[in-house]
Amino acid sequence: MLSKRVIPCLDVRAGKLTKGVKFQGNVDIGDPVETARKYYDDGADEIVFYDITASAEGRGIFLDVVERVAKAIAIPFSVGGGLSTVADMRAVLLAGAEKVSVNSAAVKNPTIITQGAEAFGSQAIVVGMDVKQVPKTDAVPSGYEVVIHGGRRYTGLDALAWAAHCEDLGAGELCVNSIDADGTKEGYELNLTRLMGETVRIPVIASGGAGNPEHMYEALTVGKASAALIASIVHYGEYTIPGIKEYLHGRGCKVRLR
Amino acid sequence: MLAILDYEAGNQTSVSRALSSLDIANAVTADADALLSAEGVIFPGVGAAGQAMDLLRSRGLDAVLRRIAAGSVPLLGICLGCQIMLEHSEEGDTKTLGLFKGVTRRFADDLEDENGDRIRIPHMGWNSAPRRRASRLFDGIPQDAEFYFVHSYYVDPEPEAVLATTDYGKTFCSAIGRDGLWAVQFHAEKSGRFGLKLLRNFYEYCREVADAQ
Repeated sequence: MLSKRVIPCLDVRAGKLTKGVKFQGNVDIGDPVETARKYYDDGADEIVFYDITASAEGRGIFLDVVERVAKAIAIPFSVGGGLSTVADMRAVLLAGAEKVSVNSAAVKNPTIITQGAEAFGSQAIVVGMDVKQVPKTDAVPSGYEVVIHGGRRYTGLDALAWAAHCEDLGAGELCVNSIDADGTKEGYELNLTRLMGETVRIPVIASGGAGNPEHMYEALTVGKASAALIASIVHYGEYTIPGIKEYLHGRGCKVRLR
Repeated sequence: MLAILDYEAGNQTSVSRALSSLDIANAVTADADALLSAEGVIFPGVGAAGQAMDLLRSRGLDAVLRRIAAGSVPLLGICLGCQIMLEHSEEGDTKTLGLFKGVTRRFADDLEDENGDRIRIPHMGWNSAPRRRASRLFDGIPQDAEFYFVHSYYVDPEPEAVLATTDYGKTFCSAIGRDGLWAVQFHAEKSGRFGLKLLRNFYEYCREVADAQ
């Protein structure tokens, strides 16, 4: 029986974590490689890196980080942020990532999904999307709209229609981030997560809003997500991955325990 | 020294990295002599069966793989490498290597999981692969150990070849083979410590075979 995945997400800028990660003992770690190794040892099922570097120089530093992560851990990891061409994708996959995640680049140029899937296989292409709740209209019948630029720009795309389109174009997985829930720590947007899962056959990763393991349980059961993305609840030592997995296991949610 | 068959498979570098992390000397190569004289060969693979077979044939590597399988150098197929070792794949209706009897099939769209929901395809994530018989490839690996899978097709070999099975909408074969000729559907190179243990087991078997000669 397939386990539900617990996936910590790390933001990297110019080769360093944007916010230091505090593990038990409150030691602040700014090194993404060391942090990835720690999460690997703790039983993370996968790791997501977002490169929020803007400069070309920073991009080179980031590729070096990807290579060092690939040597340090023996679980899959994905890389997103600023990838807009097949060449960008190839660079991070060659550096050792299993998957690339495209977000606004896919909105601007959906063929990148197909090109990536043809070059590297669908399993390597994750489409990330930021979604905001809006009044239902003819253009956005679900009341969920895809947004870009951190939620500042509306795209006019209905999130469910966009998800189905991404699947048709060759995406292997979707990472659905609710801008409304993100940062609230009040739980994932369960209705959105569930609707996404009912719309596509590829796996859906729930993102945005995790404040505790119960929220993760809800996303993985009520929300029917295949995986739950987490960030601050583990980065600051509030919860640990083994603790989260024990909790999920105790609630009857199948997770990998060792 | 283990040789990793180079045919531009997406995961060949990952396999190499995993072996290096275990301090196992390895080389990614498409050279027939290097492959045939290695202590063992790993046949990786990600992507589509048809394309992979075209690449193998255009480099004469299909014949090299048949010679390896027929000879004394141990061989381990991984993921698409595993699938291609059977006779035929439903993916693109492709004739494959035939190192094992049987075929590769696509997961049926109407399969349901234990909650009654239709399964998602690909089968992506961690799942267990309990053994149906003992094999030294899995020495020291608990029956409930989980491995990382990513695939939409699964192997359906002759029953005698089934080494391990996995449940996903149905029970499918996730490892096949006998001593020295093995294949696993999951990505051992990305399956944490148990995946690394399996690679080490393969290497140790290769060393014993090499030492005995």
